[in-house]
Amino acid sequence: MELYHNITINHYLVLAAVLFGMGALGILFRRNAIIMFMCIELMLNAVNISLVAFSKMWNHTDAQVFVFFIMVVAAAEVAVGLAILMMLYRNMHTTDTSVLNNMKF
Amino acid sequence: MLSEYAFWFLSFVAVFSAAGMIFSKNPVYSVLSLIITFFAVAGHYFLLGAQFLAAVHIIVYAGAIMVLFLYVIMMLNLNKLEEEKRSIWSKSLSVAAGGILMLVLLAAVQRTDELNGIAAGEFNPVMGQTQNLGNVLYREFLLPFELASVLFLGAMVGAVYLSKKELA
Repeated sequence: MELYHNITINHYLVLAAVLFGMGALGILFRRNAIIMFMCIELMLNAVNISLVAFSKMWNHTDAQVFVFFIMVVAAAEVAVGLAILMMLYRNMHTTDTSVLNNMKF
Repeated sequence: MLSEYAFWFLSFVAVFSAAGMIFSKNPVYSVLSLIITFFAVAGHYFLLGAQFLAAVHIIVYAGAIMVLFLYVIMMLNLNKLEEEKRSIWSKSLSVAAGGILMLVLLAAVQRTDELNGIAAGEFNPVMGQTQNLGNVLYREFLLPFELASVLFLGAMVGAVYLSKKELA
């Protein structure tokens, strides 16, 4: 198939970099803990895109297995993190991290 | 040619809905925008010949994780407009910091000269197949696979314990 040759691996790396930077920007920009969580998911996805692009580049499946494990860890992280958020909300009645600053130095 | 257009379309959808996720005031709209981003990312996986990953990505992210997010937003009753009490100064500083990080990453990508000429290559329908991935996963990566199941068990116990009423 000759129809895919203008897109290089670099295109995918640029896309991954932009998505990762937007996730980091969102974490810095927002103060709602749930939105910050979703930004973490976005950053994980950006890394996944670059891993799949590398898998394509080497024509090898190992990177796709890494992506699989990243998804597993992300799912576990979300389950525990959202439970923590629920408990925080129950005790403090907010998810705004500019209010939840008791551990701030 | 067609998949080139598909690449650009999916990329724009992913980036713009990610921006919508960050900048929308209503958390429910943020979740929906992020789901659109995830679908675009799944489309990229398809284009890269990782069909199994694309399906798993949609099932796990759009089907499980984002539903969990929506549930928590619903239970905490956060679906109202929030006003963040921060100065325009701190907001613009955070945007500048994120933008600078993005620039650094893009510059680092630009420096990878040896990758510049490599085309993403032909569509290889065999590599991302379930059979192929399963062979790798259950042979070479058997121990990490089992460890991941232990991790899931720990996360499950932790989530159930943390959301018990008596802890509050």
